[in-house]
Amino acid sequence: MNLWQWFTDPANWTGPNGIPVRFWQQFYISAISMGIALAIALPLGIYLGHIRKFGFLAINVGNLGRAIPTFGVLVIFASWAPVGVGNTAAILALVIFALPPLLTNAYIGVRDVDEEIRGAANGMGMSGSQILWQVEIPNSVPLIAAGIRTATVQVVATASLAALVGGGGLGAYVVEGFAIQDITLLLAGAILTAVMALATEGVLAIAQKRSTPKGLRERDAMLEAVTQ
Amino acid sequence: MPPLGGVLLAAASDTTTPAPNPWFSWSYIVTHIGVLLDAGREHLFLTICSVLLAVIVALPLALLVRRYRRLEGPVLALGGVLYTIPSLALISILWPVFGLTPWTVIVALAMYAFLVVLRNAVVGLKGVPVDAVDAARGMGFGPVRRLWHVELPLALPTILAGIRIATVSTVGLVTIGALVGYGGYGSLIYSGFLQNFWHAQIMTATLACIVLAILLELVLQLVERLMTPWARSRRAAG
Repeated sequence: MNLWQWFTDPANWTGPNGIPVRFWQQFYISAISMGIALAIALPLGIYLGHIRKFGFLAINVGNLGRAIPTFGVLVIFASWAPVGVGNTAAILALVIFALPPLLTNAYIGVRDVDEEIRGAANGMGMSGSQILWQVEIPNSVPLIAAGIRTATVQVVATASLAALVGGGGLGAYVVEGFAIQDITLLLAGAILTAVMALATEGVLAIAQKRSTPKGLRERDAMLEAVTQ
Repeated sequence: MPPLGGVLLAAASDTTTPAPNPWFSWSYIVTHIGVLLDAGREHLFLTICSVLLAVIVALPLALLVRRYRRLEGPVLALGGVLYTIPSLALISILWPVFGLTPWTVIVALAMYAFLVVLRNAVVGLKGVPVDAVDAARGMGFGPVRRLWHVELPLALPTILAGIRIATVSTVGLVTIGALVGYGGYGSLIYSGFLQNFWHAQIMTATLACIVLAILLELVLQLVERLMTPWARSRRAAG
């Protein structure tokens, strides 16, 4: 069977091993992981950036995070009895994978808000929480959004590993393809995981542009006009 | 007969499973030191080859982009696509090409490291102050000398930082090479998983992988310092 036949075979589009189900599993694993990671990293990173303390910690966690092999963490969770094999192990590993870059970006985004803007807000008599919500957070949206985009794309791509420890997702085709030495299945899985990661990147690139507050967009356009 | 303390501990922690399966075991390290060192050598070899391949392709491309600015968009976009494709997919696509050889892992991971190295090289070369290039030109430096004696040294810290970041990420990704039998510590992690969740092997190999990444990070930081002594003296002066 060649790739074209595989993709046009109706049997591959239905049932528990069909493309829609596998796609949904990958989406579900990625979405839950990102939800948990965001709920932890954003408040923590933004708060630390606001009080401008523990920067050493926030930045080094980001550096150390790169050194942690996600595959190892995944297998550790899967072989730990309370978690066991399956999607939960993948979700936990992906949360650990996504946390460091989100935390670092949120921290740096808030910390590096222009000192003059902060000073102006202070001079206008804004309180600490007003400065946080009305000045620091809107101004750091571009950097935080960039961090969320990178992390999400990486999580969607890495979620394919779930199938290695008995979970679902599009990686299941790859793992099965390796197991029965079926190159068509292997390539179909590779193409599907690649397309899903690239589609996520495309959608989030648009969302990132839209998420920039209007004032910042106008300011950037003005700066561009001035420098040209 | 095992020492009494071990038996008591095992009995206290878990009464259902007879065989102890500790996460941390000194005796595992002692009895498997040869396996661990071999895996470490393979891990290091795969990492260095992947990053080297990425550098060999990315640096000339960065120079090309610097010369022909129009290429910047397409070349960086290509790097972005390669970076986004899951490494599992890259390894799968290359497997029919290279089979069960180290090349499958090396080429896949080089594609992944490519973007980081390329982007930093492009940014580094772009960041060279125009005054410095102008001064070199005024001193009669030709394009080759300008590149070699002015632009590359000034871009070096950024280029080296890219190589360092790519190296540390690659150390983690090598583990996935276990799928085709070349995963360094990843092969130990995976075989530990398949051998009835052998905790000691899985944990030791994962930690060894982290230690290797941190060691490489420190070595490359040192290389950055040694290769750019002027950056240090400027930092001290400023």
